[in-house]
Amino acid sequence: MATPSDSGARVEAVADVARRLLPDDCVITDRTRLRTYECDGLAHYRVTPALVVIPRDAAQLAGLVRACAEHAVPFVARGSGTGLSGGALPHAEGVLIVTSQMRAIREVRREDQRAVVEPGVINLDVTRAATPHGYYYAPDPSSQQICSIGGNVAENSGGAHCLKYGFTTNHVLGADFVTPDGDVVTLGGAAPDSPGYDLLGAVVGSEGTLGIVTSTTVRLVRLPEEVRTILVGFGSTDQAGAATSAIIAAGIVPAAIEMMDALAIEAAEAAVHCNYPDGAGAVLVIELDGAAVEVEEEYAEVQRLCDDHGAFEQRLATDPAERALIWKGRKSAFAAVGRISPDYIVQDGVIPRTALPEVLSAIAELSGSSGVRVANVFHAGDGNLHPLVLFDDAVEGAGEAAERVSGAILDLCIEHGGSITGEHGVGMDKSKYMPRMYTDEDLDTMQLVRCAFDPQNISNPGKVFPTPRLCGEVPGRHKGAHPLQQAGLAEVF
Amino acid sequence: MTTHTLDSTAREAVASACAHVDDPQEADAVDGVPSGLVARPADTDQVAEVMRACAAHGLSVVPRGRGTKLSWGTPPRSVDVLLDLSGLDKVLDHAAGDLILAAQAGAPVADVQRTAGEGGQRLALDETVPGSTVGGVLGANTSGPRRTATGTARDLLIGITMVRADGVVAKAGGRVVKNVAGYDLGKLLIGSGGTLGVITDATFRLHPVPAAHRWVVVAVDSPAQALALAQEVVHSQVVPAAVEVDWAHGAGSLSVLVEGRADGVAGRVEAVRGLLGPAATETGDEPADGAAYPWDVTATGDRRSTALKLTCVLSGVADILAAADRSGVAVRGSAGSGVLYGALPPDTPVDDVRAALDRLRQACASNGGTAVVVDAPAAVKAAIDVWGPVPALELMRRVKDQFDPDHRLSPGRFVGGI
Repeated sequence: MATPSDSGARVEAVADVARRLLPDDCVITDRTRLRTYECDGLAHYRVTPALVVIPRDAAQLAGLVRACAEHAVPFVARGSGTGLSGGALPHAEGVLIVTSQMRAIREVRREDQRAVVEPGVINLDVTRAATPHGYYYAPDPSSQQICSIGGNVAENSGGAHCLKYGFTTNHVLGADFVTPDGDVVTLGGAAPDSPGYDLLGAVVGSEGTLGIVTSTTVRLVRLPEEVRTILVGFGSTDQAGAATSAIIAAGIVPAAIEMMDALAIEAAEAAVHCNYPDGAGAVLVIELDGAAVEVEEEYAEVQRLCDDHGAFEQRLATDPAERALIWKGRKSAFAAVGRISPDYIVQDGVIPRTALPEVLSAIAELSGSSGVRVANVFHAGDGNLHPLVLFDDAVEGAGEAAERVSGAILDLCIEHGGSITGEHGVGMDKSKYMPRMYTDEDLDTMQLVRCAFDPQNISNPGKVFPTPRLCGEVPGRHKGAHPLQQAGLAEVF
Repeated sequence: MTTHTLDSTAREAVASACAHVDDPQEADAVDGVPSGLVARPADTDQVAEVMRACAAHGLSVVPRGRGTKLSWGTPPRSVDVLLDLSGLDKVLDHAAGDLILAAQAGAPVADVQRTAGEGGQRLALDETVPGSTVGGVLGANTSGPRRTATGTARDLLIGITMVRADGVVAKAGGRVVKNVAGYDLGKLLIGSGGTLGVITDATFRLHPVPAAHRWVVVAVDSPAQALALAQEVVHSQVVPAAVEVDWAHGAGSLSVLVEGRADGVAGRVEAVRGLLGPAATETGDEPADGAAYPWDVTATGDRRSTALKLTCVLSGVADILAAADRSGVAVRGSAGSGVLYGALPPDTPVDDVRAALDRLRQACASNGGTAVVVDAPAAVKAAIDVWGPVPALELMRRVKDQFDPDHRLSPGRFVGGI
């Protein structure tokens, strides 16, 4: 077991390597400056890292990771630090590797529908670079103006439009990757279906626990010919939920269907004056996109289905400004609840869409019986709930009460066959809930992957899994080579 | 036929773990390698029991669904137990309102489609080898024309149950489409050729069956023309479901599939015809007799073609077609996603196969892709490098070592002798 002074000396050894590899201002050891990196987007977890390094390129990054491996120093990668599960929370005796200076968009190839970008590139900048070619980058987390592709890859970020277009994992084809040993390998490629295991599929969404991506080949999607964004007011979330189910049952796959309840609408109005329908118990933001002739037909049907399910107002955005205003209300919803509550917890549970009415009324009951207010904002199309559990930390016991309601909501999700996280990741925040969703055997099996990539357990340790697996020698591993291998024939196959 | 006999203690252990065991028949050999025993478990628990018995006795295991792709890849080093999953053949659950479906690994894909179809839905994965099972499609990662729009198994699989080499049963993912809790083991198992674990059931996201679909087909007289037209289509606003190219002996065609609502499809078909020119014709049926591959998928032994999977960036399609042309390789596949398939006739001399493969590997590599031999006669497989260069192979071996430390699962069937 390492003593603190041991760990200090080992970090100092990595710092020495860092000073050789990087310019002075990219190696941070000053306590005050280190503290500016003490948290990510989930600010109630704070840990000051022992060292912060800001590599400019893949070779520097690999050199730093090799030094960490050699000295058994934990490292945590961080992009823009916008994550909502504490995935980029630093390690007190470790190195924080910040990728924000690796921000080149290396290639945009319209002919191949691909772009090659570095991990520090901001999500929206990929779309900005592709738009002149008639293309965009589809995954659009609400933080897309500031979050980085590296963080998106680590978290397998989604967004409002993943109902139709999928998540980061569906849009990443290849990556240059630094293993926790400091080895540089290529995963996937510019073309689909690389031979061998889909290691990239395991790495995307592994929350920085398998290594660090230094370059990513992403798929670009053709900008749709037509986009229609509709804001629909309903008397209740039940009506809005029924309309959502009817739209899906009609065989329509909208680009997005988002729902907000009365409390969330109130918050958004207070914050951004989005002018949502007066007196609505719930609103849906529905976006249809694609070939103009298809969208025209789908729009007529969506209008009819919403009317059938009690919509009292439907508003079609007729220009980009109106569309932006509709989305502003939705995309600012998390921050907006700050207007109506001093503190809040953002949850990220997922349920099968058909369980929506049942789960929403159970959340209302929880809220009623505990006296803790809950505002609901969610991706209704894919059942990804973002209940905002409101509390005032100045009131004694309020934080704990909110935490209990928040945990009970996750239990509801698991009971209904759902997930504890749809897009924010497990990180530091939800690792304790993993055993409620998975058995010990499930978690042990996942950690076989961890042991393959990171036997020393130094890449973002303490995240995702409640207890690490020991990656020692697996029993029975060394039984001697197969005769064919010994004969030198096995490799021929 | 050569035979393979298990020692009686080992045989007894497997037999007591499993409802049905049989002596192997000729059809139970895996790419010419005889199996020692055929075990046909009835459920996941029995699969786990069999795997534990095999672990205790150090037996190699090769999983099989309906055996439609059993000869793909490289021949296994040994097959002590052929694990026949055809008894796990149920579609478990279709939640139409949630657009998801769960099925056992041995369930035929046709059954999945029938069940999903009753709710106006489908698993958006082409059945490229008729008779395939869910587990077989996942293990071999097959896909067809529609991958251009809806992707492949990795884009559709949302949950999986697997049995490890040591008999431990594990699940990953779940029953919801959106889920980032824990590692995505499903992706690791897709295309792993039965070398990491035994898939026993899987849950998929479904898509609505489009109300209408039409193919628009046009003849092309050069690889360059095929590429130019494919580029026109993919950069247009018609949102094609598939863009297929067919090329053999210096002539070929490009086919575009449009799927959607009736009026919408009619309008988009007009747009496609505008792009492809006056010679384009329209059909409701799949062109090229509906087969995804340019080879006979039912051929066995020495009657097999040398079957190739050729990948490239979209702009590389012409180079691949041209290289294939120079080598006498017939090509068919997805110009819309950069995944093509080539075939050389069964009686092609090994030296000619090698020359063609070298040329195609070069063309694929310079276009960001690879050329892999999917299947071939035994003499060809023995003489050539089936997989070609595999980046990150060392990391793949480490994954294999963790999941199957004794290398007993489908040993040798995968890249680098894994």
